[in-house]
Amino acid sequence: MDDVTSKIWVFVEQRRGRIADVGLEILGKALSLAPAAGWKVAAVLLGHGITSMAERLLEYGADEVLVADEKLLEDYCGGTYVAVLERAVLRAKPEVLLIGATAMGTDLAPRLAARLRTGLSAHSIDLELDSKGELIAVIPWSGGDYLGRISCPKSRPQMATINPGIFEIPEKREPRGCIKEMDCAVSAGDHSYRIVEFYQESVAGSSLASAEVIVAGGYGIGKKEDWHYVEELASLLNGAVGSTRPPVDEGWVEHDRMIGQSGRTVYPKLYIGVGISGHMHHIVGIKKADLTIAINQDPDAAVFDHCNVGLVGDFREIIPALIEELKNK
Amino acid sequence: MQIIVCIKPVPDPKYLSRVSLDETTKTLVRENVPTVINPLDKNALEAALSLRERFGGEITVISMAPESCIPVLREALAMGGDRLLVLSDTRFAGSDTLATASIIAAAIQKTGAFDLIICGNETADSGTSQVSPQLAEFLGVPNIMHVSAIEVSDDGVFRIKSRIEAGYVIAELSAPMVLSVIKELNEPRYITLMNILDAEAKDVRVLSADDMILKEPWVGLSGSPTQIVELAAPEKRAKAEILAGDARRQARALADRLYRMGFYHG
Repeated sequence: MDDVTSKIWVFVEQRRGRIADVGLEILGKALSLAPAAGWKVAAVLLGHGITSMAERLLEYGADEVLVADEKLLEDYCGGTYVAVLERAVLRAKPEVLLIGATAMGTDLAPRLAARLRTGLSAHSIDLELDSKGELIAVIPWSGGDYLGRISCPKSRPQMATINPGIFEIPEKREPRGCIKEMDCAVSAGDHSYRIVEFYQESVAGSSLASAEVIVAGGYGIGKKEDWHYVEELASLLNGAVGSTRPPVDEGWVEHDRMIGQSGRTVYPKLYIGVGISGHMHHIVGIKKADLTIAINQDPDAAVFDHCNVGLVGDFREIIPALIEELKNK
Repeated sequence: MQIIVCIKPVPDPKYLSRVSLDETTKTLVRENVPTVINPLDKNALEAALSLRERFGGEITVISMAPESCIPVLREALAMGGDRLLVLSDTRFAGSDTLATASIIAAAIQKTGAFDLIICGNETADSGTSQVSPQLAEFLGVPNIMHVSAIEVSDDGVFRIKSRIEAGYVIAELSAPMVLSVIKELNEPRYITLMNILDAEAKDVRVLSADDMILKEPWVGLSGSPTQIVELAAPEKRAKAEILAGDARRQARALADRLYRMGFYHG
């Protein structure tokens, strides 16, 4: 660990052998930021039996891949992961440490930041790095209605969690970096809980990430029985179904459909929002869509401030009419 | 079972759009927005109430908030909390998550032993989800985020189900711990007028910085490692072009456009 030269570290999350896209996305962004400060970038990988994954990270351009491969690190546990990362950070002293804002990352990052007594920006949607190595994280503020630019002037490393889907996964290239082993000793005391059951759908990532058409529903759909309007329109347009937070909370749709601050950012050519009020929580996730259309019965809904085309009326009338008109083409 | 529930007064999420930006001071103006208990914090309290029903014990509700928020926070006592502890001091103002967690941890160390601390997984305003894991770190106990189910065996082993992307994990551990709960966990109970009247007699205490032993310098704006450089409204697109006519006419106009642009292939 004493020969680690990278000053930007990217924690790359893996569970049961699957690398989370967001880790690669941040790695790509870090590689584009690093030259400004003359730095190198390390991908940091914890788990068990992860050698092939470490090699893949070199293909994505990491200058170094720091690996902690140990049986006790097989399943994520805050206590063990924080202990290993704390020791590595104290030894190699990175300036910047970036972590995906996933279920794992939002558990790990705050705890590690508190252990290191350093600052952490939450759910960043953009990052900037100046020539002096000062990091600015742009984060949603006041429910996403505003954006805050956050710095961490006095303590190191400067930490941030980054929302999934913000940055692009870098192109693969000829590996030029090397793999280095971290001290992965874990004490029983660090192992603060035991995972007794694990379930994750085997689908590789969300279809939202690559969808060209997305039809998303909001709280205005009103009840689970009416969610099919969203699904039918999406299906007719060969699109994916998206959602704001309330339909997820109400159980109308699965969590992985969520777009926005606590969900993902999407890049469709066409986005249609149905019964969505236009809260910035959601809007930050659709800003990069090409054409945005909103259907809402309230002509003053905020969503019309953020979309190209608006239809004012009851979606229960508009969507069946739209489907019929399209089928007549 | 000694349970602590951490709650936060937030601008009512229903009226968040009324929050405006003071262009001169670059701070947010929330005066026109009613204050409520953060919605997920009620799920945290509900979890505590059902555990107390089974195991007995007491529920202490803690909030770092201005004293002016006490009437709003009292709703937690009406729901069934046994006492309310409000951490209030002008020196706390401007605290980021690390500073906030260190202040709450100092207050908890003063109030005594606990088995369980339950928090909402995120707040409706800043939504960082960072205070609860940082609180656990300062107190030196495990934490689990995104908790969607809590089971406790008769011998005191907690089985905690938490959400991950497109799935879940179940962890086993023993008290003490910090749990951050999501909406899926439960449905917070309604309160009656009788509950509100009963709550009037419950203990409400205010603690200032002088009432606790703050071991760390992490207090207030100057003690916060993160600093806000700038606050701004995000760019808006131009106001939407609203299609004219009734549902049928609007639908036809949109169908024409989508077809012309090649989004419908029959």
